[in-house]
Amino acid sequence: MTPIEDASDAEDVGAGDAFHAGPEVNVGGFERGASLTVGMALLALALSQRRARGAFALSLLGAYLSWRGATGHCALYEALDTGSAEDEEEGRLAAGAHDDVSIEAAATIARPPEEVYGFFRRLENAPRFMAFIEAVQVIDATRSRWVARTPTGQILDWKAEIIEDRPGELIAWRSDPGALVHHAGAVRFRPAPGGRGTEVRLDVEYDPPGSALGRTVARLFGSATEYRVEEDLRRLKQLLEAGETATTRGQPRCPASVPPA
Amino acid sequence: MKANCWFGKHDVRLCEVPEPQLLSPRDAIVRVTLTSICGSDLHLYDGHVPSMQEGDVLGHEFMGEVVSVGSAVENLRPGDRVVVPFAISCGRCFYCRRELWSLCDNSNPGYSHMLGGYAGGQAEMVRVPFADAGPLKIPAGLRDEQVLFLSDVLPTGYMAAENCQIQQGDVVAVWGCGPVGQFAIRSARLLRAERVIAIDREPARLSMAAAAGADVIDFSAEHVTERLTEMTGGRGPDACIDCVGLEAYGRSPDALYDRARTTLMLATDRPTALRQAVKACRKGGVVSIAGVYGGFVDKLPLGAAFAKGLTFKMGQTHVQRYLRPLLKRIEDGTIDPTFVITHRVPLEFAPEAFDMFKHKRDGCVKIVLTP
Repeated sequence: MTPIEDASDAEDVGAGDAFHAGPEVNVGGFERGASLTVGMALLALALSQRRARGAFALSLLGAYLSWRGATGHCALYEALDTGSAEDEEEGRLAAGAHDDVSIEAAATIARPPEEVYGFFRRLENAPRFMAFIEAVQVIDATRSRWVARTPTGQILDWKAEIIEDRPGELIAWRSDPGALVHHAGAVRFRPAPGGRGTEVRLDVEYDPPGSALGRTVARLFGSATEYRVEEDLRRLKQLLEAGETATTRGQPRCPASVPPA
Repeated sequence: MKANCWFGKHDVRLCEVPEPQLLSPRDAIVRVTLTSICGSDLHLYDGHVPSMQEGDVLGHEFMGEVVSVGSAVENLRPGDRVVVPFAISCGRCFYCRRELWSLCDNSNPGYSHMLGGYAGGQAEMVRVPFADAGPLKIPAGLRDEQVLFLSDVLPTGYMAAENCQIQQGDVVAVWGCGPVGQFAIRSARLLRAERVIAIDREPARLSMAAAAGADVIDFSAEHVTERLTEMTGGRGPDACIDCVGLEAYGRSPDALYDRARTTLMLATDRPTALRQAVKACRKGGVVSIAGVYGGFVDKLPLGAAFAKGLTFKMGQTHVQRYLRPLLKRIEDGTIDPTFVITHRVPLEFAPEAFDMFKHKRDGCVKIVLTP
C-alpha cells in the first residue's frame, strides 16, 4: 500500500463516522422539498385507495419519502456513499480525498518489470505515450517540471516530486502545492503470471480546480479522463512491445464531399 | 493516386487522394498490383459496420510491389513482390507469439475506425504497418491471381475447415458458397472430410461447389435442416461452417423476423444461417463461424447447443499462421485459388463492381481489381 492510499483511507474514516452523531444530511435542498411533497401526495393517495394492499404500499412509500424530505437523510444515498447535498467547505477539507477525482488504469505489458519500470522512470519518455504531456524536464533525483497541453489548447505547467521509488516495483509522486491541478499518483509494476510480462497499474488522484460545479463536472468527465489514461497505458504497451505507437495520422483519405473523380 | 473510397451506405466513389507516406519505422509502402472486393467489404457497403468515416479508403485483400520501407524493416526491400495479410499484427505481443495474429494487442484489422481505421488497398498505393511481421514474399513463377487470396479468403476458408477438427467419415455442411465458402469446401475435402454439403441459392455458386465434389442444397427450394437430417441418415452433419455471417438472407419465419428486427434497428445481426447450423449439427459436433458478426444476435438456440454439447469455434482469421503452408500448397499445385474469380475489372470501375457484387449479377462470385 502506498502513502497515498494510507492517507485517503485514514481521512475517509475520520469524515464518515467520528464527526457525525445523528443522521447525516445527504439530500440536497431542492430534492428534500420534492421528496416531502411527493411523499405527502402519496399519503393522500393511499387514503383514497380501496384495495388494502395497494393503500398499504403507497402509505409506506409516502411515509418514507416524507421522512426523507423532512430530515434530509437518505439511507439509499448513504449505502451508495453518495448524495445530492453540497458539502460544506469545512466538511470537504475534513473529508480530504472524498472530493478528489481518482483514476485507475491497468495493462499487461509483455516485457520484464525492470524494463517497464526503467522506461517509465526515465520521465523524459512521458511525452512519447502520454497524449497531453508536451515535455518533461528533470530537475534533480526526485523533482521534475511537466508541461501539458489541455484539449482546449491551454498550456499548463507544474512541478512534481517523486515521493517513493522502488526500482522494478513502484513509483509514487505528487505535484507541488502550487500546481493548478493538484494531484498525486502511483504506478506499480508486478510480474504477470506465466511469463506474461508485467502488470502495470496506474492510480492518479487529483483535486479538480474551481467551484463545487467544477468538481461535479470533473467527476462527470472522470470516465473520459480514465479513458485517456487507459489510452496512455496502451501507447506505453505499444512502445515497449511493438517498438512504435499505432497511428493513422497522415494516411491518405478522400476529402469529404468531393464529387467522384 | 486513385483510390476507392467509402462515402456512406451503397455509396463508394473513385477518388483522387494523396499518396501514402511512411508514418512509422515498421511501415512499408506497396504499389498495389492486384486487389479484390471481399464479402466483408459488403457489410461496410451496406452500412452494417459503425464508425466508418466519409472518404475512408476501402480494401483489405491486396498484393503488390514494395516501394519503400521504414528504418526498422529489415526483411523487405524495394522491388519485393508481397501478399499482405488483412490482419495487421505486431508480431511481438502475447497473442501474436501464440499465433493468434488477428487478436494482436497492439493493432487491429483496421476494419472501420472502431478497429483501427487504416486506409485500405483498393488503391494504387498503400501503407502497410508492421511490414516486418505480416507480408509474405512471393517467389517468381507464381501469377498474382494465384496468390492474391492468401491475403484473406483462402486462409479464412481453410481456418473454418481446420476448426472443424475433421475426423475420418465426417460430413461437413457449409452455409454460404461465396469465395470463403468455396475455400472452406475445398479445405474440408483436403482435410479428408468424407462428404461436404454446400448450402446457397445462387446457381453460379452452387455449381462451383458441386464442381469441388460437394452435394448441394438450394435453400430457396428446399428445407435446409430437414434435408440435412435426411442426407446424413438422421445424424446431422459432424461439423457446420457458417460462411454467411450477419447479413443472412432467408424466407423462413425466423429470417423474416430477423429482417424486421434489423430494419427497425432492434437488432444488429441476422443469424439465420447460424441458427440452422446449431439446429442441424450432430451431438458433440463443431459449429465453426467464419462469417462476420458485428453486434447482438437474437433467438440463438443456446439451449439446443448446450444440450447437444456443441463446440463453437470462431473469429477473425489468423492469416499469418497459414501463409507459408498454403503458399506451399499453391506451389505444389494442390490448391489453385483462381477458380473463384468470375470478374476482372480495372480499379476505375470499383463502384460499379461493388454494385454488381452486392446484387450477385452476372454469376458474380469474386471480383479482382487491377489498379
